[in-house]
Amino acid sequence: MSVWPMRDQTAIVGIGETEYTKWGQTRRSEFQLACEAILKAIEDAGLNVKDIDGLCSYAGDRNEPSLLATALGIPQLRFSNMLWGGGGGGGSGAVHNACMAVFSGSANHVVAFRALAQGQFGRFGQSRTGQKVSGGQAYGAPFGLMTPAQRFALQTRRHMHLYGTTSRQLGAVAVACRKHAQHNPRAIMYGRPMTLEDHQNSRMIVDPFRLYDCCLESDGAAAAVITSAERAKNCKQRPVYIMGVSQGTGFQQGSFADKSKFDTANFEEVAKDLYERAGVTPRDIDVAQIYENFTGMVIMSIENHGFCKKGEGGPFVEGGRIEWPDGELPINTSGGNLSEAYTHGFELVTEAVRQMRGTSTCQVKDAEICLVASGPGVTPVSDMILRR
Amino acid sequence: MPYLPAEIPLPQPTVDDAPFWEACKRQELVIQRCKNCGTFRHMPMPVCYNCQSFDFEWAKVSGEGTVYSYANVTYPTHPALKDRVPFNIVVVELPDAGNVRMTSNVVDTPFEELYIGMPVEVVFEEVTEQITLPRFKRAQT
Ligand SMILES: [Zn+2]
Repeated sequence: MSVWPMRDQTAIVGIGETEYTKWGQTRRSEFQLACEAILKAIEDAGLNVKDIDGLCSYAGDRNEPSLLATALGIPQLRFSNMLWGGGGGGGSGAVHNACMAVFSGSANHVVAFRALAQGQFGRFGQSRTGQKVSGGQAYGAPFGLMTPAQRFALQTRRHMHLYGTTSRQLGAVAVACRKHAQHNPRAIMYGRPMTLEDHQNSRMIVDPFRLYDCCLESDGAAAAVITSAERAKNCKQRPVYIMGVSQGTGFQQGSFADKSKFDTANFEEVAKDLYERAGVTPRDIDVAQIYENFTGMVIMSIENHGFCKKGEGGPFVEGGRIEWPDGELPINTSGGNLSEAYTHGFELVTEAVRQMRGTSTCQVKDAEICLVASGPGVTPVSDMILRR
Repeated sequence: MPYLPAEIPLPQPTVDDAPFWEACKRQELVIQRCKNCGTFRHMPMPVCYNCQSFDFEWAKVSGEGTVYSYANVTYPTHPALKDRVPFNIVVVELPDAGNVRMTSNVVDTPFEELYIGMPVEVVFEEVTEQITLPRFKRAQT
């Protein structure tokens, strides 16, 4: 089998992020947050705004590249790109699109970013539709299905029914993320430790999900600079190479309820491509950033990425196996969407880069390979494997 | 009184799915079926995913189904639901429509008594003059 042509040919050379705050607590606009994160990533790379010629995002980010380029003073924009749909499922996919732009020679330095101010534009935990809904929403919202938590509660219930997954196992995911956030001063939940009993006592949002099964609702932005492996050699930071990256969706996973599979995070096909492209297996992964919209979906994402068999994700996450420093697969070492901040998962991309640089606040010793899995259960999803 | 208030988002029928909602007003559950290969599909789509034919009919089905999954909403996600929690959301599988699934509610059963595999049958709730929604109740044995 021939080697995937893009393996190790692109690299992340800069990362940036804003201050993270609970929704509604920042005085800055979402657009300003986007500008700040992008500039910090450029500075981190040791580059100048004039070096940047591409911008890409995902999840319908409101901050259009042409407007950002105007605001920031980018002299020539060669590539601007939006990954359709999927919410947080586009995080690694936006990096993927940036990689293709630089690998093809269509651009030199591309910034992938996500800015999200739920205070300014509305909470994800509330209905965000108008009073009339059409298309897919017409078959959900009139029956009270208005938020991601509700949809993924239905999927997680099915997993619990089929495999015996328990609420305490969901809690183990939340506890691991919160534990890691206690080392990370950027994290919104820094200084607020949580036990499994705290999780079990938290109020029910949509059974089987309790409050602490749900990601944060935040204001913030994060960004990463992608360039070719060749150019990366001249940047300030040690390059973090993209071994493989993948995006997409399985059969009918976009049609919630009809023939979609419920007991999956929709990574089955995408993860298979990813491992083939990167040329590694799950056993080679030292640390992983597994997007948490909701705890139950993390368990399915871990199964889909081959760390255990299907249905065994519940027992897998117990006993500290996913906790730093002693677990065999530490996940979400910055606290992730559950405890650092919710930038639609782009903070998981920046944390993956820190792990490969050796600068995480929960640094996995001698970590060489990091997985990022963006957006379980949505369509499309995306994932990538980075190496130092 | 309908299971959920009329003030939450309601369907705006489109050229692709108006016959579904019109049938609900007649208290009939119809599911799209491909005239070329017989495959059922839901939500409505203009083309068959199995054979790519655009030729289809709206097939009247029994409305008997089984609960595929369920959740209990305790946190109100819309202002109109503030005093209307808890309520359940279910996904129902329809065996006589090729096992297509639809999202709905079970109107007559406490959450504690719902289970995956539970037999249910359709009921129609006239929410407004324009919109009647297909919901479900415990099947009569
Ligand atoms: Zn057909």
